[in-house]
Amino acid sequence: MIPASFGYARPSTVEQAVQALAEGGDDVKVMAGGQSLIPVMRLRLAAPETVVDLSQVAELRGVRDDGDAIVIGAMTTHHDVLTDPLVRQFAPLVAEATETVADRQTRARGTFGGALAHADPAGDLPAVALALDAEFVLAGPGGRRTVPAAGFFVDYLTTALEEGELLVEIRIPKLSGEWGVRYEKFNRVAQAWSIVAVAAAVRREDGHIAEARIGLTNMGPTPLRASAVEAALAGAEASPETIAAAARAAAEGTSPTSDLNAQADYRQHLAQVLTRRAVTAAAGM
Amino acid sequence: MTQINMRVDGVTYTDDVEPRTLLVHYLREQLGKVGTVVGCDTSNCGSCTVHLDGAAVKSCTVLAVQADGGEVTTIEGLTPHGGGLHPMQKAFHEMHGLQCGFCTPGMIMAAVDLLGENPDPSESEIREGIEGNLCRCTGYQNIVRAVQQAAGELRTTGNGHAAPAEVDTAAAPHVAGQA
Repeated sequence: MIPASFGYARPSTVEQAVQALAEGGDDVKVMAGGQSLIPVMRLRLAAPETVVDLSQVAELRGVRDDGDAIVIGAMTTHHDVLTDPLVRQFAPLVAEATETVADRQTRARGTFGGALAHADPAGDLPAVALALDAEFVLAGPGGRRTVPAAGFFVDYLTTALEEGELLVEIRIPKLSGEWGVRYEKFNRVAQAWSIVAVAAAVRREDGHIAEARIGLTNMGPTPLRASAVEAALAGAEASPETIAAAARAAAEGTSPTSDLNAQADYRQHLAQVLTRRAVTAAAGM
Repeated sequence: MTQINMRVDGVTYTDDVEPRTLLVHYLREQLGKVGTVVGCDTSNCGSCTVHLDGAAVKSCTVLAVQADGGEVTTIEGLTPHGGGLHPMQKAFHEMHGLQCGFCTPGMIMAAVDLLGENPDPSESEIREGIEGNLCRCTGYQNIVRAVQQAAGELRTTGNGHAAPAEVDTAAAPHVAGQA
């Protein structure tokens, strides 16, 4: 199958891209790497009037150091995120999760910003961005604005991006102190989407867990924080028993779906098991 | 229609395409590069894998217009015309890395891409590296052996990146042009 016909714009700056979005008619889609959009268009689940292809907007690619944060350009491919020394040093959780995204070919085309803006609850990067308190910089006709991760993911495949806006870059605060991280993903076959996954970052101090941040993939229409587990772990002793007890709260406040891969109650069970494993590993145990 | 320029297997082409044209369809139907096959048509199986600007991609999930200005290598351009088999092709032959052969062009292009980044992969790195390519015949055992053999040969003879030979581009054949 091939996509329905569409008008095609290929801007080379963010400014031109914003203009192309404004001029694209009623149904405009932004195309980053196209690894989610092209399949959806081929299945005719989307038939946009205009596609604005960002592949030539050079300013959207790359990772830079910005003091207390690293900034990842929205069009940076998964492959380039994975191999970036700043990401490896200051956001290893991003690198670990990105390594599990799809396959080599898809990671060569797919982008960090595209995966976040697509906001598939089974995608791996939204929960990581949420756990790391990332900030999203959006550009639109009225200029730029910054949205925290907690406000970016609104609903199933829906973000805070308004009509006419595009995602420019993502700021990820550097973790200061002794942090360990782990992305625990459960799926059926190698390149499949997560049935459930858990992103954990844990800061240890004197044999205790000073702080834990836990993001849940595919446990509802948006990525979620396992807030009850985070609260139970703050200041707790770093022991297998404490972690196992805290992880039992991982499914609190979640609303996973039932589908061909798993029933909702099985997903809630998985969230507990994977949270225990992820926190245990992130705590260096 | 949008005009695109692309080097494919060492030959430069200039064509008008609809923006919705997929790269794999452009390669097969307009350029006659039928060595690249369409398998699942949903970016799962990897049969349509080609190299775009030095990286393996699934050409059923790339628009031809996205490859504008780019350099594409297909299975047909892995070695210069008349240059015999690429070490990866030879290894698939010798190690029986195929049965029906449908996944083979994509499998070989993915494996060559992997060795370009990691010339000496472990068995598990090979399995991870070709996770985007499905084979329903072999159970992957002989494919992994073939990649191991090719890796060994390429380490002693040079790097595994495909570099298509220069070809006179003016006379490049077009399927559409001949029809």
